[in-house]
Amino acid sequence: MNFKRMWAMFTARNHEFFRDRAAFGWNFAFPFLIIVGFGLIFGGKEHQQLKVGLFAAGPVTTAESTVPLAFQQGRYLQFITFASQAEGEQKLQHHKIDLLLDTRSPTHRYWINDSSPQGYIAEQIFLASFLQDHQGLAEKQVVKGTQIRYIDWLFPGILGMNMMFSALWGVGYVVVRYRKNGALKRLKATPLTPLEYLSAQMLSRIFLIMFTIIVVWIGSDLIFHFQVHGSYAALALIFFLGGLSLCSMGLVLAARGTSEEFTSGILNFISWPMMFLSEVWFSLEGSPPWIQALAKLFPLTHLLTGARKIMNDGATLADVQGECLVLIAITLICLTIAARLFSWNE
Amino acid sequence: MRFIFQESNPFHHGIAKTSINREPFAHMNKIVEVINLRKSFGDNIAVTDASFSVKEGICFGLLGPNGAGKTTTMEIIEDIIAPSSGEVLYRGRTRDASFREEIGIQFQHTSLLNFLSVEETLLSFHKLYQYPEDFDLLVQRCDLTPILKRRNNQLSGGQLQRLMLALALINRPNLIFLDEPSTGLDPQSRRNLWDIVRQIKDEGKTIMMTTHSMEEAEYLCDEVAIMDVGRIIAWDTPARLIQAHCQGNSILLPETAFKMKLEALPFDWKRRDQTIVLETGQINEGLDKLLNLDIDLTDMAIHSSNLEDVFLCLTGKGLRD
Repeated sequence: MNFKRMWAMFTARNHEFFRDRAAFGWNFAFPFLIIVGFGLIFGGKEHQQLKVGLFAAGPVTTAESTVPLAFQQGRYLQFITFASQAEGEQKLQHHKIDLLLDTRSPTHRYWINDSSPQGYIAEQIFLASFLQDHQGLAEKQVVKGTQIRYIDWLFPGILGMNMMFSALWGVGYVVVRYRKNGALKRLKATPLTPLEYLSAQMLSRIFLIMFTIIVVWIGSDLIFHFQVHGSYAALALIFFLGGLSLCSMGLVLAARGTSEEFTSGILNFISWPMMFLSEVWFSLEGSPPWIQALAKLFPLTHLLTGARKIMNDGATLADVQGECLVLIAITLICLTIAARLFSWNE
Repeated sequence: MRFIFQESNPFHHGIAKTSINREPFAHMNKIVEVINLRKSFGDNIAVTDASFSVKEGICFGLLGPNGAGKTTTMEIIEDIIAPSSGEVLYRGRTRDASFREEIGIQFQHTSLLNFLSVEETLLSFHKLYQYPEDFDLLVQRCDLTPILKRRNNQLSGGQLQRLMLALALINRPNLIFLDEPSTGLDPQSRRNLWDIVRQIKDEGKTIMMTTHSMEEAEYLCDEVAIMDVGRIIAWDTPARLIQAHCQGNSILLPETAFKMKLEALPFDWKRRDQTIVLETGQINEGLDKLLNLDIDLTDMAIHSSNLEDVFLCLTGKGLRD
């Protein structure tokens, strides 16, 4: 391994990336826009709310309404008023709301869509509100803890997803393009070895990924004030190892071939299941065991598990050593396979 | 008979040599030896039984029509693609890792990183070699000073070719491969390129080039091999090839210059539009005959056989893909 040659390729690729304004801008804009978008959608509400539709023949004050006061003041309920019963029913049919109430009905008429799980929960809350006193019905225990906002849980996922796309496409797709247009053939005529070239590509991309993460983190943190319970150094390390493993995976996919279309298909085939099964958007808690086992094959799963443990639970580096070791192993295995399979011009 | 086989030279197996029974530049060391090279892509045979050698310090041209197998042969020698069978020796040995330190290649089709400047591209490649050329000298030689800060995707065809040539020379190579280096260049750029190639040759470097330009081959090459349908069909110096395959010269005169019956002319002749083409072995002899016949030579033109005539003679005039 000649580090001078590797450094030459590393700096050349960095120059190329930073000067390609469109690609450069999109790498920052994409994750930032997703984070801001989710922030706006969920606003200050950290939890999903049940939507209750209300209608009446005329104006109704809170005092005049037949809806129990306990329900009107219930937590996690969002009330939406409709002009007519027909309008409310239409929304209910399409699952736009979970429950519909007639606010003047002395018999407390209500409507639910029987195919809606959310509707069932809203109905139970509505019926429970008629019980004035819950004392003695069940024993309530309260656990105190720091609240984890959904955006705090989601943020590592979005960063990880951006890393995944950046690593797979920024390495895999780009190397195939270089092979197709003959840039790799030109390099083959030099003493540069596949391992030096691939290592340079991987390190260049990880450098860009880490740079992107820092910029996006600072920008998003100014708006959402993320809570990190663990150390930033441990968080940076897990992102670094995750980035390496994802880049090395991209190198395996780019080891051969000159068809950008085929590579694009393969990258989609890998990246989309990885995105859905690696808990970027939602937890796999309660999913079938085989799904959870399949998810463990993806480096993104280990990256996000480690990052969330550090960020949300305050885990130390020792607590996430398992995830770190898996990510290092994936990197070494993929880099070895890529260097062995790699062809400059076939 | 125009061809004989030189059975005495093992590297000439299967090659139609010219009637000049003497290996060109025999006194010089062989830097490249190609032995029974064969390359096929599926059912398509690109190169078959190609054997020849290149002497150190000469400019060797590989000529042939489109699809003849020139680039494939070159890329096998460059160690860019692997042969299906056969062998390539560099200085009498199989090529090892050090081979890439000693060669420079200007490919026919290649690409560079678009957003890098000429200077950055040169510096990147500069770092890939153990003993690179002096940067300023290289820039000066290839006339890159005015475009050093320009990005690769903003270069004209001629500028890009100069940069590619600079990259081929960046490691002070002993053996330089130029694959159709003047394709797409204007006459000024082509002449400039030829001057550089001659300078390189004067420094004792060996050059292997492919070209479609017979003028270029005749001007630059000490020795040429002509390929057709994957085979080497002739190999010698340009002068000997011309002498062997296209002996004689032509004197061209307008038909109006003759005040006699053309059938009475002491020449083999043919009519080309309004011009009479007289075939003659020696120009002086032909001119003497014409002067004796009191023919007006004011509008005379003389055509000496050249490499293009040899090329067409050997490969035919049919179109190739």
